[in-house]
Amino acid sequence: MEKLKSLLQRKKDLLSVYFTAGFPHIDSTVKVLKSLEKAGVDFVEIGMPYSDPLADGPVIQNSSTIALQNGMTLKKLFEQLSEIKGEVSIPIILMGYLNPVLKFGPEKFVEECKKNNVSGLILPDLPYETYVEEFQELFTSHGLSNIFLITPQTPEERIKKLDSASTSFIYMVSSAAVTGARDGLSAQQIEYFERVNTLQLSSPRMVGFGISNHDTYKNVCQYAHGAIVGSAFIKHLEQAGDDEEGIISFIKKMKTGKNAE
Amino acid sequence: MSTSFQPDERGFYGPYGGAYIPEMLIPNIENLKENYLRIMNSESFRKDFKTLLEDYAGRPSPLYHADRLSDHYGCNIWLKREDLNHTGSHKVNNTIGQILLANEMGKKRIIAETGAGQHGVATATVCALMGLECVVYMGETDIERQAPNVARMKMLGADVRPAMSGSRTLKDATNEALRDWIANPLDTFYLIGSVVGPHPYPDMVARLQSVISGEIQWQMRNKTGNSNPDYVVACVGGGSNAAGSFYHFLDEPEVQLIGAEAAGEGLTSGKTAASIAMGETGVIHGSMTNLMQTDDGQITEPYSISAGLDYPGIGPLHAWLAKSGRAKYLSVTDQEALDAALQLTQKEGIIPALESAHALAALNQLDLKSGENVVVTISGRGDKDMKTYMERLKLT
Repeated sequence: MEKLKSLLQRKKDLLSVYFTAGFPHIDSTVKVLKSLEKAGVDFVEIGMPYSDPLADGPVIQNSSTIALQNGMTLKKLFEQLSEIKGEVSIPIILMGYLNPVLKFGPEKFVEECKKNNVSGLILPDLPYETYVEEFQELFTSHGLSNIFLITPQTPEERIKKLDSASTSFIYMVSSAAVTGARDGLSAQQIEYFERVNTLQLSSPRMVGFGISNHDTYKNVCQYAHGAIVGSAFIKHLEQAGDDEEGIISFIKKMKTGKNAE
Repeated sequence: MSTSFQPDERGFYGPYGGAYIPEMLIPNIENLKENYLRIMNSESFRKDFKTLLEDYAGRPSPLYHADRLSDHYGCNIWLKREDLNHTGSHKVNNTIGQILLANEMGKKRIIAETGAGQHGVATATVCALMGLECVVYMGETDIERQAPNVARMKMLGADVRPAMSGSRTLKDATNEALRDWIANPLDTFYLIGSVVGPHPYPDMVARLQSVISGEIQWQMRNKTGNSNPDYVVACVGGGSNAAGSFYHFLDEPEVQLIGAEAAGEGLTSGKTAASIAMGETGVIHGSMTNLMQTDDGQITEPYSISAGLDYPGIGPLHAWLAKSGRAKYLSVTDQEALDAALQLTQKEGIIPALESAHALAALNQLDLKSGENVVVTISGRGDKDMKTYMERLKLT
């Protein structure tokens, strides 16, 4: 949590990347993670694949299905993370759905997170109210930051409530939609980013959902601390595999708008 | 009226229920939560709901004393004939209610999920009635095996969209409907077909379907002098017809409440949909309940011969009624349901839906005594299942 917090405090235009554990191959998790660090990504979200990912669009759904077919499990993910402990220094966030965490056992889950240097969690179907009542103490006592989502429809009062419970950043969902790459920013989206900026929140914001290329990344960075790329990267893995050079050039293009030499 | 089996403010029945939903759905769910009781208790809603149920759907549905079936079981079997409703099942009670709510809340676009197509047809019907846009999500597999209902929905003007993920059945259609709602938060109303999903849906759908038990009470009183039968028996997938059949009897402990779950090819066959018998606590479609899952917390694919019971979870009210012991849930296999369907057809001249046949088959597991009054809800008619009946009962 501290590592993530200090990163958010000292750096702007952060680039974070989401990828699904165990995709495209069961042993891709480590390879992709190391390649992303080498490529200069600031932090990562590792997706814990789930059978019923209801906040995800077709690209991430499909990657989850393949990961599960590959035999990916939470147990396997923690084994993979423990293999590379000490070799990767960028902050790691785990993103997924509540049911596998409940089944794994929340206490055991946070223990494993702590052991494997996980900084935070994004569980879209764990609402704020339930988090505060049942999970806050457990998460924070294990150094885990729970990351809240806000959308263009989230009322101002609720945004402020989420802001004060936030211990790292707020995940700004760019539009009313499930995950998926989209082109450009609409006037409505810009109005939403500006409106949130006027609230003078204490937590930094990262924008995700629909960040597909260098232009959208750069654009949202004008209004927030950085951006999270998900589906566009999963599409890259789908097409080009988990090859390190391919990943490095994808990130370079995302950061600079230019292809690698 | 029932009190102790009502959900608390956050939608929990004991440990089950709640609203485990992404932030994107919170404004819509909050809006519904703040308004559903106010609207449903308003005089204009009650008047419109009653009029449409009576004049459009054909309520009250008869409570029929099945003489030959009663002789067979040596007690009084009463059939609650939801199969005689417009559109052929109990589903229309709920869709009429929710479409009135949607209208009151100013929503112009209706989305729904469907498995066998009964809820899809009931939704497309009320959308045609109100002149509202209708999108129905249906698993690609179900679209193929339920062609007549797909045709009905299309004729009614609905846009039937295939759910292409997972097993391409009801669970996946529900995921797609939730994704649609996430993407269309302002103009869209999600018309859920069962007592499942995030609070307030389980409570709202149970209240709308409670017209069934309300009628059973006065019909029993008129016919026997006692409004309480000894048993109320209904099939359970998500559990909306059972919730509606049990509702007014929840606080009448002398009435034994029996739910019939689909055991599929047998509880331990790996091909089952019995979420009370075989499930464990977990979250599905926004609700904490009993569901069938792997050791890794992935939701498993259910199986039942009856598409309407083919759901890996169960409404949180039922999970609580089972845990608290207020209701008992029995498992019925495909074959037992088929036998019970044939028995009802040949003894009473009523072809039940495969779902309802599960409730009829559960009678064989009860220790029924002479003079006892047993109400069985016939949730739907069997027309949609004729292909299965022809094949499995070797009628061709």
